[in-house]
Amino acid sequence: MGNKQTIFTQEQLDAYQDCTFFTRKEILRLFYRFRDLAPQLVPLDYTNKPAVTLPYELIGSMPELKDNPFRQRIAEVFSEHGDGNMTLDDFLDMFSVLSEMAPRDLKAYYAFKIYDFNNDDYICKSDLEKTVNKLTRNELTPEEISLVCEKVIYEADVDNDGKLSLEDFQHMIVRAPDFL
Amino acid sequence: DGSDVDNEEGSAAENEENVKGTGKGTKRATPRTRRGHARGRDRHGDEEDEDDEDGTRRAGHRRHRSRRRGRGAGKEASDSDMEPSKSRKNQANQKSKEDDEEEEDEKGGKNGKGKNEKKADKKPDKKGKKEKANKKKKDKKKSGSGSDSDSEEEPITEEELAKLKEEVEEKKKLIATLRNKPWKMKKKLSVLKEAQLFVDKFEGALGKGKGKKFYAYKVMMMKKWMKFQRDFENFKTACIPWEMKIKEIESHFGSSVASYFIFLRWMYGINMILFGLTFGLVMVPEALMGKPYGSLPRKTVPRAEEATAMNFATLWDFSGFAQYSVLFYGYYNNQRTIGWLKFRMPLSYFLVGVGTIGYSFMIVIRTMAKNANDDGGGDDTSFNFSWKMFTSWDYLIGNPETADNKFASITTSFKEAIVEEQESRKEENIHLTRFLRVLANFLALCTLAGSGYLIFFVVRRSQKFALEGLENYGWWERNEVNMVMSLLGMFCPTLFDVISSLENYHPRIALRWQLGRIFALFLGNLYTFIIALMDEINLKARYLFPFTMFDIYLGNLEEEKIVKYNMTIWEASLYNGTIPENSTAPPIQVDPADVPRGPCWETMVGQEFVRLTVSDTMTTYITILIGDFLRAVFVRFFNYCWCWDLEYGFPSYSEFDISGNVLGLIFNQGMIWMGSFYAPCLPAINVFRLHTSMYLQCWAVMCCNVPQERVFKASRSNNFYMAMLLFILFLSTLPAVYTIVSIPPSFDCGPFSGKTRMFEVISETLEHDFPSWFGKVFGYASNPGLILPFILLMVLSIYYLNATSKSYKEANLELKKKLQSVRTEN
Repeated sequence: MGNKQTIFTQEQLDAYQDCTFFTRKEILRLFYRFRDLAPQLVPLDYTNKPAVTLPYELIGSMPELKDNPFRQRIAEVFSEHGDGNMTLDDFLDMFSVLSEMAPRDLKAYYAFKIYDFNNDDYICKSDLEKTVNKLTRNELTPEEISLVCEKVIYEADVDNDGKLSLEDFQHMIVRAPDFL
Repeated sequence: DGSDVDNEEGSAAENEENVKGTGKGTKRATPRTRRGHARGRDRHGDEEDEDDEDGTRRAGHRRHRSRRRGRGAGKEASDSDMEPSKSRKNQANQKSKEDDEEEEDEKGGKNGKGKNEKKADKKPDKKGKKEKANKKKKDKKKSGSGSDSDSEEEPITEEELAKLKEEVEEKKKLIATLRNKPWKMKKKLSVLKEAQLFVDKFEGALGKGKGKKFYAYKVMMMKKWMKFQRDFENFKTACIPWEMKIKEIESHFGSSVASYFIFLRWMYGINMILFGLTFGLVMVPEALMGKPYGSLPRKTVPRAEEATAMNFATLWDFSGFAQYSVLFYGYYNNQRTIGWLKFRMPLSYFLVGVGTIGYSFMIVIRTMAKNANDDGGGDDTSFNFSWKMFTSWDYLIGNPETADNKFASITTSFKEAIVEEQESRKEENIHLTRFLRVLANFLALCTLAGSGYLIFFVVRRSQKFALEGLENYGWWERNEVNMVMSLLGMFCPTLFDVISSLENYHPRIALRWQLGRIFALFLGNLYTFIIALMDEINLKARYLFPFTMFDIYLGNLEEEKIVKYNMTIWEASLYNGTIPENSTAPPIQVDPADVPRGPCWETMVGQEFVRLTVSDTMTTYITILIGDFLRAVFVRFFNYCWCWDLEYGFPSYSEFDISGNVLGLIFNQGMIWMGSFYAPCLPAINVFRLHTSMYLQCWAVMCCNVPQERVFKASRSNNFYMAMLLFILFLSTLPAVYTIVSIPPSFDCGPFSGKTRMFEVISETLEHDFPSWFGKVFGYASNPGLILPFILLMVLSIYYLNATSKSYKEANLELKKKLQSVRTEN
């Protein structure tokens, strides 16, 4: 292992290790993945903290995200300005939250933001409809979609305002056995 | 950096001397003189100087640095006019009003971080720096006498110290939990830096005076320890075997298939430990310290077999040299201690045997408990649709084909749920489903009964054949029982699969039913076989492991009597042959290979198990190669010249058979547990088998299998596998325990030969190796009068714990209902 890498200073690596759930090796591996998306844009020397942002199209073409119906929302939630273009910091952040070592409540917080398509801090019926359509690739009929959305709101809405707030969502998702 | 300070001091001293000596330009001289004064004052306080330099790091420093540059010269001139000793305090007073923060800075201990600040100090011009250094030193003097940040000259009070400590602890906790905070990375990095600066600065301050050095040392050790922990974590994650392979499989096939491989890896771990125990504590001591091959009759290949002992066929069958080696029970000598270490071989053998079983039980139950904890609240249908919507997508999928399947399965699942929701109001469909399920179970029972009857019939027929002499019949009649059982084992599970399509369950539940039915099939076959054999002991059947032991043993009993009789005759013949002159016969040297050997049923049983394991392994590998690989090759290459589409039609590519593989793994492990007492080499063979199996199956899955049509999450299956494993463990330890307790060991082989029961080795050890009072205590403790109440107490405590757990579950449910009602109220 050794300290032979010249991409980051030791302090930077230690700071990343404190701020994410990754080990040193994993952070370096993630850096190389980031770089592989656009080798000409990403420098090999991050000691001066260059401000390199990769456009969403490159992020969304990663094999891990390519097949994910929510990849655009994921990139938007973790990007700096909400447009899907990510710096290395955002990239590390995103994978740290998505990794298996992140606790459920942290994941629940970000999951809520991902499913909140219009960014109004509530998951309303239109957000739910968009989610279902993304999940089933528009295979359900409109009646079925509305039935599903109604059932979801009925099940999870605790404060009865017709939409899901963060507390409703967390209360519901923390119990789910499949929420990984 | 220390040297820099010295340089500065040195140069200041020089300047002072220069000024004093040469009397250069006033403008330059004055500051230098001033500096010289200041330095002179502080020359005894070297340590504090360094602290000054190192302690300043805050942004506020910049502020007062510039201020100083602007104001410094004039003020300091006035200051330095006063007497050094008095002016110190006054200066301190004046400065303190301006620079509270700086005093805080100076409280900082020796730290590397201060070096940055030191470097930054070099940026402004030298004069300003020195002035700053002066000022710092002066203020440090003040703080050295124990002043607080807020008040000017008061010592740090206890409560302020405590408050400071609390803040430091808070910051430390913040740093530790920083990765759990839902902030953007930039914010986290800046908060981290701030908190680290704060902690570093004040950690030194909290250890004052004499304790300061020690405290700083402690802090450094803490940091080294954290670094070590971090490196160790890095190392540990690199050590987990096959992690990348399993992740790849997970992304292609979903988490249910990957759960099989995780189960396989877990089994591998257990077998490694069992291997370590048997190898290290049984095989190695005997090989190193026991009597070598050929010294005793039991350790030598008999003369009759010598010719073929080295043939590959014999070795593959685990006879010949393989049989008379540390691999099997029979080789071990019954000497109480061996070698110069006085290693107690029989005791070790016994304890390792018991220990492997005990360890396996412990680890299975521990894993079950852990899984139960992770399970959470258990079955909860109150959020059915929400969970379908938010948690059905498997974020681990990285393959378009799997993704397509996943989309399709999610759509189907939604449609099913919608249909169920709509139809839950209609009564008829429930009855239809229920009827269908009852019908399916009835059919399954019929299949089981049918297979049982078939086995019964076939066994009776083969007994008839045996009575009439097996030579009259062809290959089929001779192997009828084996073949019928294998065929049943192959076709009945497929039949169960077809039946389960009637039931229309969720695939996870259908898998469980499937597993349960196959399990019942195997057990049922076993029992019918035994029942059919009750009258007839001579038939040796390879499927009846525990009862193989019985009939081998019973056969042995007969043989033993015969052999003992023969041996006396043989010995007598030896003596008769060479008539000694004396009446007292000297010991006759006979080659151990020639001594007539008593039967050794334990070795035979061990051999049976080993042969079974090896043939099972071969069968699995060949099935994979033919069933999966050749089939895939056939489908791929013959598709071009075939009438119908092979890939979508009949053969198509095979799906990974989770239930079959899991059952195979569990039964295999059962065999290992049963046989490892008689053949210490079994865990080693199993480790090798699992290792190669992992690679072969990983390759086969990626190369020849396609993802299942209905990908489902494996989250709750794990405890099911564990429960089956526990059951098999219990079943497989019963025979070994029974033989240890009730059956006398062979008189001519093994570490327990000569004793009436195997467990007597314990009482022997207690007599010889422990002080006498220990034996007495043990005697009292094993009194039934003590054991029975103890068992009663354990049963009662189990009942009590069960009752409390039930009541907790009920309380949980009540609270959920309450929550629901509160919700609907609103």
